[in-house]
Amino acid sequence: MTDLYSVLILSLVSASIYAVAASGLVLTYTTSGIFNFAHGTIAMFSAFVYWQLRSPDAWGLPVPVALVLTLFVFAPALGWFIDWAIMRRLHDASAMIRIVVPIGLLVALISLAQIIWPPATVNARLDDFFNGESIRLGEINVTYHQLIVFAVAVAVAIGLRILLFNTRTGIAMRAVVESRDLAALNGANPNRYSAISWALGSMLAAVAGLLISPLLQLDQVNLTLLVINAFAAAVVGKLRSLPLTFVGAIFLGLFVELARRYQSDLPTWISPDTVPVLMLFVALVVLPQDKAAVFNVARGSTRVPQVTVRTAALTGLGLVAVAWMIPSLMTGNALQTMGFAMGLGLIAISMVPLTGYAGLLSLAPMAFAGVGATVMYDMGKTGNPLALILVVLICGLTGAVVALPAIRLKGLYLALATMAFAFFCEKVVFGPTAARLNSHAYHPLAIGDWEAASPRAQLVVMAVTVAVVGVLITALRRSAFGRQLQAMKDSPAAASTLGMSLTRLKVEVFAMSAAIAGLGGALLAIWRGQYNAEQFSLLQGTLPGLPLVLMAVVGGIAAVAGAFLGGFLLAFMPLIGETYPFLRNLMNLTPGLVGLGLAANPNGAIAQTVEQVTAKWEARRSDHPPEDNLGRRILTALAPGEPSFAPERLLVGGSADAGALAATDAEIGLDHGRCDVDPRSA
Amino acid sequence: MTSPRDFDPSAGSATSAALVDEVAPLIELRGVRASYGRIEVLHGVDLVVPHGEVVALLGPNGAGKTTTLSVITGQHQPSSGCVHVAGRHVNGADPAALARAGLCTIPEGRGVFRNLTVRDNLRMASMTGVPESDVVERAVARFPRLGERINQVAGTMSGGEQQMLAMARGLATDPGVLLIDELSMGLAPLIVAELYEIVAGIAREGVSILVVEQFARTVLGVADRAVIMQHGTVVATGTPAEIEAELSAAYLGAST
Repeated sequence: MTDLYSVLILSLVSASIYAVAASGLVLTYTTSGIFNFAHGTIAMFSAFVYWQLRSPDAWGLPVPVALVLTLFVFAPALGWFIDWAIMRRLHDASAMIRIVVPIGLLVALISLAQIIWPPATVNARLDDFFNGESIRLGEINVTYHQLIVFAVAVAVAIGLRILLFNTRTGIAMRAVVESRDLAALNGANPNRYSAISWALGSMLAAVAGLLISPLLQLDQVNLTLLVINAFAAAVVGKLRSLPLTFVGAIFLGLFVELARRYQSDLPTWISPDTVPVLMLFVALVVLPQDKAAVFNVARGSTRVPQVTVRTAALTGLGLVAVAWMIPSLMTGNALQTMGFAMGLGLIAISMVPLTGYAGLLSLAPMAFAGVGATVMYDMGKTGNPLALILVVLICGLTGAVVALPAIRLKGLYLALATMAFAFFCEKVVFGPTAARLNSHAYHPLAIGDWEAASPRAQLVVMAVTVAVVGVLITALRRSAFGRQLQAMKDSPAAASTLGMSLTRLKVEVFAMSAAIAGLGGALLAIWRGQYNAEQFSLLQGTLPGLPLVLMAVVGGIAAVAGAFLGGFLLAFMPLIGETYPFLRNLMNLTPGLVGLGLAANPNGAIAQTVEQVTAKWEARRSDHPPEDNLGRRILTALAPGEPSFAPERLLVGGSADAGALAATDAEIGLDHGRCDVDPRSA
Repeated sequence: MTSPRDFDPSAGSATSAALVDEVAPLIELRGVRASYGRIEVLHGVDLVVPHGEVVALLGPNGAGKTTTLSVITGQHQPSSGCVHVAGRHVNGADPAALARAGLCTIPEGRGVFRNLTVRDNLRMASMTGVPESDVVERAVARFPRLGERINQVAGTMSGGEQQMLAMARGLATDPGVLLIDELSMGLAPLIVAELYEIVAGIAREGVSILVVEQFARTVLGVADRAVIMQHGTVVATGTPAEIEAELSAAYLGAST
């Protein structure tokens, strides 16, 4: 009985933390229409800031001062800044950009935290409040820290309810997310209210971060992941209902603690680590989606470039030729990186049909690559090329199996489901696989006596694969299947009335994408010759999965060359950092920063750069004011504001002189000249 | 007499507002040009809404009526020309600031927050600075039907009721001028007639109104003057009777 009580107490404590984290997520989503993937990173960052202020190893401020500075100064300021610099521009953006930009923020903030507090040198740990003192409740001890956690959750629940539904500010916040224009026409400044909601959301993230961090060693990625666990609770609340979110958090806490308590009796794929992602996936798939929760987003206006097959084939030939020459030009690390770049490029290409053509954003290409590498090990570690066919088949099948339940999900929900799948693979497949493999697991591909062992042979094999896949995908764009994908992206309703089976299309394209990613993963693993768990992770390791998605989208997801280039460049960033140490920090930050850059260039960097240069040229010729950009925004913030010329309050009625139209016209005249007289200077 | 030209913003606001109110029309557009990207849609629009009058802005699809409205509300920047509200030059003013000054807009297609309740929608009116306490009571007094549905989510009401809510919220702000875009859109003729009854009532209270419509006949009964726009310019201005004669030409696409 005591045992059960203690599990219950522990689950209430976990549930409280999840509830605080998830309610912050729901708050920002309902008040800004943007799902803050970086919520966990903000929590992590705040915990580190608190550690920096509080810890005797750092600045050693007293607890209350450090708390106030973190929760009421740093966190709201960070949220406000995020809204001002980034999120404010996204209200007209397509659904995909609204997903990818916060992911960019997530990646950028993690790298930034790792730069400020290097994991290798900073050994950060926070004490729980009241140094673990406890009271006895019946037969069990409850620490003050646990009581505080619980009290905070209750306070947050009540406070948010009152704020959102009973105050004018809360109503305005909800009104702004529905229609910024209409809110402005009612006299509410939309920017002010979206800034308030981001500041508040960021504060709630910080609270969650401070509550959770005394339980463990501070680590940038793990702390972020812990808060990401709260996504499941928010999804139970359909991302908009706070009471349901709290219910979700209670179940999540209960499931996690039960899994921890009875871990030895459960199958290995159910553990405290996997329960949150399982719950996230199941909740996404099972719960009816609230249509209203998907805010009116602009249709993606991404144009899919029409590249001819001939151009693609010639480019592919060029790539093979380059791959042939590379080993004569490079050695060592650079050569090694070249192989990574080819593999990552191929994995990035897998996103072209799925995301570029069909408009379905998956965050799991790297996970499918990992599945491919695992299959390659189990079926073809001796280098039998036929195993690659198995890789394609099994990964395609896995893709279809994942796609089938997730088929009615779209946009954000699909991204979350694929993220859950990726985390699940990471914990259940990649970790254990790495544990059972030895370091030199893979042999080069071989047919009979001919073995593609030399770097040149391997690179050429990869380049040929990239070229063939690239040409096929380019051709696909012009095929009937490609047109159907495009139709589904542009108007699902119209496509289904034309008799297309959207379910079949989605499963097919999902399977195709997974198969290509798997192929890329297998080739990448062969090139490395080894396998480690971090290699195909979403966030950990040197070449993680989320930055790959970012880079592919930035490169231009609609075209094979753009996506390939994105993946290719990602591989080179660590190398540049190693070669030029002063660039290392910048290189670590780059994937996240370019992801954030999408807020300004929603069509991908390469296509967009060309367009922007043209547009700027045009603008200079026709003397239009330059577009809104960060630099300009900083300038306006720093420069003294122009006086606002809103009129005084108008008087109702006034001296109406109804009917005297001619007189009014005569009095005013068509005196265009008067426009030139600026009342400011008069 | 002081003309807006001599208006001194540094002078005491009460006096200057009073001076301006004597002469300047509430809304005055001169030579307004506006474009979306490279496409110019307004090619020099001149428009006047005098005090206490109802002005109907008519014209076929794509004539630039809604763009004209968004130029007045501050949502769209004109590329040249000028917008005066109560005699003050307001090019570049913030829409929220204009709204707080008493410029009330009921946008095209049900200007309600669909996910908010009727009460919360009405409470949004207090963002313009009117006291929050009596906003709801006054709206309900004018539109009793909204009182019955005060806790209902606005998006679940009928189109006519939503339009009524939008008007109620607008009127609760004590507007100096009311801008209405396509009041009749998607509504049954009976409901449109009912809504225009309300507009006429508001006009009798002395509120100036600019109302944009495609369906001309209903609005002409309420208007003091009417303006026809076509292809981004004003092609005719006059009393409702004069305009009625012009209308067929405008809708048949012949230029006048």
